[in-house]
Amino acid sequence: MTLLDPNIPDGPIDSKWRTWLDQHSLVGPRNRAGKNVIVIGTGLAGSSAAASLGAQGFKVKSFCFQDTPRRAHSIAAQGGINAAKDYANEGDSIHRLFYDTIKGGDFRSREANVWRLAELSANIIDQAVAQGVPFNREYGGSLATRSFGGVLVQRTFYTRGQTGQQLLLGAYSALEHQVAAGNVTVYNRHEMQDVVVIDGEARGVIVRNLITGEIERHAADAVVLASGGYTNVYYLSTNAMGSNVTATWRAHKRGAYFANPCYTQIHPTCIPQTGEYQSKLTLMSESLRNDGRIWVPRKGGDDRPPAEIPDAERYYYLEERYPAFGNLAPRDIASRAAKVVCDDGLGVGGTGRGVFLDFRDAIADQGKDAIERKYGNLFEMYHRITGDDPYETPMMIYPAPHYAMGGLWVDYELQTTIPGLFAIGEANFSDHGANRLGASALMQCLADGYFIAPHTVTNHLAKNHDPVSTSDSAFDQVENDVRGHIQELMDVGGSTSAQAFHREMGHVMLDKCGMSRTAEGLDEALTEVRRIKGEFWSDLRVDPGDEEFNQSLEYANRVSDFFELAELMIQDARRREESCGGHFREEHQTEDGEALRDDDHFAKVTAWEYGGESPVPHDEGLTYNEVKLATRSYK
Amino acid sequence: MKFTLEIWRQFEDSEEGRFETFKVDGINPDASFLEMLDQLNERLSHEKKRTIAFDSDCREGICGACSLVIDGTPHGPQQVTSCQTYMRDFIDGQTIKVEPFRANTFPVIRDLAVDRGALDRVIQAGGYISTTTGPQPEPNSMPVSPEIQERAMDAAICIGCGACVAACPNGAAMLFTGAKVTHLNILPQGQPERESRVIGMVEQMDQEGFGGCTNYGECSRVCPQEISIDVIGMLNREYRKAKMSKKPKPDRAMTTQ
Amino acid sequence: MIEYWRSTIGKKQIVAITGAILIGYLILHMLGNLNSAFGPGGDQPRVDWYSHWLRDFGEPLLPHAFVLWAVRVLLLSALVVHITGIAQLVKRNREARPADFPARRIGRSIESIAMLGTGSLLLAFIVFHILQFTTLTIDITPLEHGDVYANLYYAFQKWYFVVIYLAALILVGMHLRHGAWSLLQTLGLDSPSRNAKLRHGATALVLVIVLGFASVPILFFTDVLDPPRTEAVVTALSGVFA
Repeated sequence: MTLLDPNIPDGPIDSKWRTWLDQHSLVGPRNRAGKNVIVIGTGLAGSSAAASLGAQGFKVKSFCFQDTPRRAHSIAAQGGINAAKDYANEGDSIHRLFYDTIKGGDFRSREANVWRLAELSANIIDQAVAQGVPFNREYGGSLATRSFGGVLVQRTFYTRGQTGQQLLLGAYSALEHQVAAGNVTVYNRHEMQDVVVIDGEARGVIVRNLITGEIERHAADAVVLASGGYTNVYYLSTNAMGSNVTATWRAHKRGAYFANPCYTQIHPTCIPQTGEYQSKLTLMSESLRNDGRIWVPRKGGDDRPPAEIPDAERYYYLEERYPAFGNLAPRDIASRAAKVVCDDGLGVGGTGRGVFLDFRDAIADQGKDAIERKYGNLFEMYHRITGDDPYETPMMIYPAPHYAMGGLWVDYELQTTIPGLFAIGEANFSDHGANRLGASALMQCLADGYFIAPHTVTNHLAKNHDPVSTSDSAFDQVENDVRGHIQELMDVGGSTSAQAFHREMGHVMLDKCGMSRTAEGLDEALTEVRRIKGEFWSDLRVDPGDEEFNQSLEYANRVSDFFELAELMIQDARRREESCGGHFREEHQTEDGEALRDDDHFAKVTAWEYGGESPVPHDEGLTYNEVKLATRSYK
Repeated sequence: MKFTLEIWRQFEDSEEGRFETFKVDGINPDASFLEMLDQLNERLSHEKKRTIAFDSDCREGICGACSLVIDGTPHGPQQVTSCQTYMRDFIDGQTIKVEPFRANTFPVIRDLAVDRGALDRVIQAGGYISTTTGPQPEPNSMPVSPEIQERAMDAAICIGCGACVAACPNGAAMLFTGAKVTHLNILPQGQPERESRVIGMVEQMDQEGFGGCTNYGECSRVCPQEISIDVIGMLNREYRKAKMSKKPKPDRAMTTQ
Repeated sequence: MIEYWRSTIGKKQIVAITGAILIGYLILHMLGNLNSAFGPGGDQPRVDWYSHWLRDFGEPLLPHAFVLWAVRVLLLSALVVHITGIAQLVKRNREARPADFPARRIGRSIESIAMLGTGSLLLAFIVFHILQFTTLTIDITPLEHGDVYANLYYAFQKWYFVVIYLAALILVGMHLRHGAWSLLQTLGLDSPSRNAKLRHGATALVLVIVLGFASVPILFFTDVLDPPRTEAVVTALSGVFA
């Protein structure tokens, strides 16, 4: 085990980034067209990075597995994006945004990175507005802000409930602008299969053309992974169907360390699963908990219509267990509490994994009109999806996997342990520690893509690189590996679809490596995941024909990586003998069920080196100079 | 619930397609249309038959990947995307016809998956504000009234699914193009390129082979984002004004280099 | 201009402008027709006077019937451009969709679907109409140059001419109900705040045109208007009974 060095510049925290910018190496405008960069993924981070690098004059190849860059799952983000602009004149500042983010992450993120994120947050808003992103406005025409996610200031900018969509379309339009300018080439329906490392540096990728099945080689001077998070390891999540870990996982297998894989965020208010074949969970805004009361029947299996269950037989578990915060208990507490009552057999709905979110009392107190004004669109959406009218009958909700804080380990320059290989956005482990605050994901993706990676990648490109050809023997070897893996999947010859295995594994992961974890459960999970993985490799069925459009092969290929990631997640969760943020180990809790951190032993990042079934952990110590480590208190 | 499905099967664009009939049973009424197809595909895997290809991603109505025509209506009967169309919206035992989006500008890749790259190319022809990353003016120095912002947003919410093209008897992409032109041309940021944008995008639309608008209004009726056909009036107006204007039009290719 | 014509939207706008010219003419034509509602009159039917006035308009500054012919040339060119544009647009639109899979009707109006059909039938009707009342080639009923009132009277005593003309007016109504609104939108003269009013306005205009035209054959057929009394009639009748 080695201690990892994040290469943080010296000096006071508020001038580190400036110092770095002043000293990094540049590439002259005339030489830029000779430098090639590959960007994997076209979400907020990928599109913005590709567009920014292209605008500087580098030759960029941008890859996405979707049919157009605009479909990347950043599009689904709803709430907003944080920026320390202090438009509301509340005394908000870079320091406050920095502190909120560090604290929200339960003191498990890197100070220097988070400071830089807060510092750049205001520029993101300016950039997006210049692109024509129609942020909500006040009557006088200035930008509107609102409060979000329990912080005490109104620093969240938004475009109705579709902030992610509009920011992504802004980045996508910047990308298409560079395509028109001839600086960026977009390869859609191309999925990265592996990274090619030559003399210790990332020099290209192998991709699969998803339409023709052709395996293609692309060489470059730097590779940027912006391929998103891995929450689909749970099968049912709020992620898109296609969201996958393949790009980062294959890079991990080539030498990039994977940091904190056990940090995943489970969002408390999602529409529960209704049937075995459900593919996706839909998020409902957390704001509903302001007026809705959460309960389950006291008696398990009580199948009376909810309205007929008298108050005495209702268990308002959050109100009873957390009288101070009640239904507004923080995300992780609310999620775990819902799991506990459902585990006790009190859950409602067809699958028994749901709890009521009831507006009866709020409607009685405030009137239906008031509730409609606040939540009308959400009620409508819920009605559309479930067929139940929340004005008449309580909503049913259940927590759902939502975001991965873990990811590829990167240093201050967002460079992985493979030189020339960068990871940005949700794909890296970066800035959110053990728990991400609302409206921070968009901020981080765009800070990485617009303002950080374009410079740190340039710094790498400024080094002299021998030109590399795709006929290099390293490409031969990696391509052979890729072909071999695909052939293995084709050759299993069983009769079960990858989706069925994925579902089975996801169930184990959610149950034992989800909202709450125990050493025993994790050990079981590892055994079960390995068993299911064995079955996958003996009974998988994919459609014949690997050199053609073959969605079952795409899916199986992704699931094969999720199995390996799942093993690492479990091992990481097992090793981290503390509770922090989204990682809750039942062995480590306070008397009243709060997460109990162990700062003496675990104020550090765990970055795993690939080692098959026995991965090797490396640590990066986290030192806090600007903030004091404290226990998050909700009382 | 059980259904008889007549699903379009086509190996590739150059090949003749045909409908194949499948019977599905034991479908949860709360399953989405796409989940019903997932379930059918899982069964086909067990039977060692080729699964049905179809695009989908977010499955919450925002990415625009799904491209099914259900019983003749793009996305399905409810004016929401196929992923938000639920089986309870159909009658038990019903026969449902499933086809890909039909337009010659959207070649079929396989079965129900089509290539909508033409829409990206229309955007490349001007559907952006030519700014690059760097220091930008303070947003509040350029006030935008909430009315204008709302109008821009009503158009900007387009998910680029292409249902408008598929619903149009003329295979026109004018709702799509009109939405982008409306979004950018009414905002102050969009003014400098107002004319070159609309001319570039309309030319590209023609080059791709999309048809023209004859005011059927079907595009707007199937649009899951309920984008109003008013954006087409805006597109026509902007095009006419741009063409009539005496201002010199910069060559877009020159300005973007 | 050629560039404008080449683009789909440009061509469509030219079709809209020529359509607007034709609508404008229809309004004038309808108002002119209403002259026949003054009846046979004493000396000369008002509608006959009107038709002579049209020919003499502008004299002596302009040659005889110059304005009439100028209008005719304008109308013919508008019609030719209108039809050529449509033909090219239709071809383009058909090429944009696979022929075997016409788009299912979701909510589009019958009028919008029938535009090509109503337009083609109207073209046929225009030819017939000119042959009957302008060139007087179709002379099933007695027809005389200049005796407009008499010509109309005898024509519209025949039920089948009334039916033909009323049917044509239904086609006009259908074609314009979609066309009149559509041309505003095509030219981008609409605006979200005024669209409902514009739409109703267009429908009202079409209604006025159709009713105005329809009143003439109906008034003749129902004998609300008296038979012509001038010598011309006698001549015409003698021609028939000779």
